[in-house]
Amino acid sequence: MSNDPHGHHHDHDHDHDHDGHHGHDHHAPPQPDDKVHSYYQILGIALKELLIEKGVVTADEVRAAMEARDSITPANGAKVVARAWADPGFHERLIADANTAIRELGFQTATTQLVALQNTPDVHNVVVCTLCSCYPRDLLGLPPSWYKSRAYRARIVREPRAVLEEFGLEVPASQEVRVHDSTADLRYLVVPQRPPGTEAMDEEALAALVTRDAMIGVAVARPPNP
Amino acid sequence: MPVTQRFREGDLVRVREDYPIGHFRTPVYIRGKTGRVTRGFGAYGNPETLAFGLPGEKKYVYEVSFQQAEIWPAYKGSPRDTLAIDLMDNWLEKP
Repeated sequence: MSNDPHGHHHDHDHDHDHDGHHGHDHHAPPQPDDKVHSYYQILGIALKELLIEKGVVTADEVRAAMEARDSITPANGAKVVARAWADPGFHERLIADANTAIRELGFQTATTQLVALQNTPDVHNVVVCTLCSCYPRDLLGLPPSWYKSRAYRARIVREPRAVLEEFGLEVPASQEVRVHDSTADLRYLVVPQRPPGTEAMDEEALAALVTRDAMIGVAVARPPNP
Repeated sequence: MPVTQRFREGDLVRVREDYPIGHFRTPVYIRGKTGRVTRGFGAYGNPETLAFGLPGEKKYVYEVSFQQAEIWPAYKGSPRDTLAIDLMDNWLEKP
């Protein structure tokens, strides 16, 4: 590293041809520290660097895309659920066509179809993607790491009640547990049941009761503060 | 080319028990199992060809529901419990 002709440190070993570029060297954006990269992560970094070096995208565009993705949070989904609780007309439109309905709140999906699943006293819905990590990212942001784990993906389809209990959720035997395996172009949003004692609350207060995990279906909505 | 929708809500269907080589969005655990179409989602690009950079033809996608005991004979939850999954028309057949 010390003999690096550019006077800086690469944290990986390969040769860039920096000649002919526009006056500065290309660095890969900083990666998390103390991390061993897998084969596919290295492939991803290499591909990104090539796209930047060939001028297909700029580093700033890549950074901005990551920033935009990270700015999507479960609070967006919570607003949708709170509106559905407060407005029966919106609820109906959300169940009929969630892509169109969420536009009323200024949200949109890119290429996938969002499907809202209403929990009821008879049915508890829970979502998984056994094949990979399909998740309503356009509305909720990035999925939690456990959602992508092999253990969750393998077990929630096979023994959902046991997995839900590990999350602290005991579903009564009178309620059907309906697991949704997201394998195609559909993305699922669970609409939890509205907790009792929330009749007087406005949408903003209601949204605070709706957590990410309740919209995946491994939890229920929070009860209101007494 | 119009997309074929061979099944309707309420139809019993069996998932093809087939293990070809390639890219498929039909998990192995559901192959050969019998369920019921609960809704039609419309036509979507076929991932089996899209995965190889080929356009391919669109396929009709359904939501199909299965009793958990049909998928896992030793299932321990409630007999009411079900699994719903998105499946493409070319993976379904009449039982």
